[in-house]
Amino acid sequence: MSYLVEIWLAVGLVALAAGAAGYIVVIRRAGFAAHALPMAAFPGAAAASLFGFPLWAGLAGVALSGAGLLALVQRTARRDAATALLLALLLAVGALCLSLSGHYAGSVYGLLFGQVFALGTEDLPVLGVIGLCVPVLLFLALRPLSLSALSPELMRVQGGRPFAMEVFFLAVLALAAGFAVPVTGALLVFSLMLGPGAAAARLCGSPLPGLALAMGLALGLAWAGLGLAFLTDWPVGFFTGVGAAAIYLLVRVKTG
Amino acid sequence: MLEFLQSGPVQSALLLSAAAALLCGALGLFTVLRGQAFAGHALADVSSAGGAGSLLFGISPLLGFLLFGVAGVAGLEILQPRRAAGRDEAAGILLGAGLGGTALLLHFCVTTHGAAGTAQAVMFGAMFSTPSDTALWSCLLAGGCLAVLALIARPLLLASLDEELARVAGVRLRALGLVFLLLLALGVTLAAMTVGAILATALLIGPAAAGLRLARGPLAAALLSMALGLAACWGGIVLAYESYGWIPGRTWPVSFFIVALLLLFYAAAGLRRRA
Repeated sequence: MSYLVEIWLAVGLVALAAGAAGYIVVIRRAGFAAHALPMAAFPGAAAASLFGFPLWAGLAGVALSGAGLLALVQRTARRDAATALLLALLLAVGALCLSLSGHYAGSVYGLLFGQVFALGTEDLPVLGVIGLCVPVLLFLALRPLSLSALSPELMRVQGGRPFAMEVFFLAVLALAAGFAVPVTGALLVFSLMLGPGAAAARLCGSPLPGLALAMGLALGLAWAGLGLAFLTDWPVGFFTGVGAAAIYLLVRVKTG
Repeated sequence: MLEFLQSGPVQSALLLSAAAALLCGALGLFTVLRGQAFAGHALADVSSAGGAGSLLFGISPLLGFLLFGVAGVAGLEILQPRRAAGRDEAAGILLGAGLGGTALLLHFCVTTHGAAGTAQAVMFGAMFSTPSDTALWSCLLAGGCLAVLALIARPLLLASLDEELARVAGVRLRALGLVFLLLLALGVTLAAMTVGAILATALLIGPAAAGLRLARGPLAAALLSMALGLAACWGGIVLAYESYGWIPGRTWPVSFFIVALLLLFYAAAGLRRRA
């Protein structure tokens, strides 16, 4: 029984972090980056197993360099094209490392769609730190994060540095998602970010209630998906992906 | 080298990847100019559900990928708001739902057929196991799409660069955008069958981004982008074929070589422009 409680707890923690990050992702219009950066977990984990680093070092190293690279390339190339190229780079390097280390097929499915039911006890402390730190960090930086997204010029006039905020945001996103993805899969994290975040951004006019609502919605979506997955034995990612679309559609219809 | 060219799987892979590279090279130019890279990526991910479905129901992969690619266009058309602001999130939501469907279909594949490698085949491509008639159909499809693209290229370019001016000139923006999305779905479908659903974006954006860095006019950029895509694909296939002996017992994925060559071209184009 305790094993089941751990899964609910772990998915709940990931949902809190994803909900908070997702709201900021939507107001900063960084949906594509939010899809691409979590993929850093793929080469990170694969490189760690190939070269024998500790797993956390591989994950953190690749996630942070991915965020830095994205922030830099965004300055020179078109933003979506730069993100697409980074995504391809991360996935191709990950595929190479996995292929060379000899275990390929199962890892690909796990990375994308998650292996929630294979969760170990040792994952909980890491997820706990993410689930608590990400919302707190984003809450503390809520004002500059919103301002630099809505009006970089205004922020520059006030003496702020929009580029620094972009790097900070991408780094938090990459680290949070990078550690959650090996446990829950990229699809689950992404759906939990974008559906609740987009719904909250449409429903709430000001940032603080928006952040809270996104976290609540993400938690509800994650646990509903997990419950349905238990009942049907279908993948969690299916329920969260379709559920996120349903939430978004409902809010779109309601707000017009 | 002769042995390489006479191998059936290699011939199919060369044909299929040429079709994908030429079509995506041309489409990619407009995709970058219109800022629709994420939409293209979402369409590729949605089409992967069709790839998984075709494995489950035993139909042709081309048909499966295509059906879901076109369904993805319908989804984008419904979800995407007119203003640019919400486009990103709509594409993302569609992508999530599509990948959710892929997850479910792959789950059924594994539970009913016990086929463990299916996720890898759909997500990272299986061009060496493409039947030769599928490769031929893909070439025909790519040729048809390129012809349509050539017909709408001028108004599409105008609409991509200056929407206001295009409206004044009497271009029907909505219809044109829809035709382009349909072509994009067909293009990324072919790319998904070549390098895999999640790497299809590389074949769409990589050559075009490099082409735009180097060429001066739109036609030159399109031709250069098509050539770079083709060079990366065929180069990748040759390298993958050669790589069997590099480390005993380990294979190098062909998708890795193709993406690596594309990124190399992009980086080299940046250096060349700066010089």
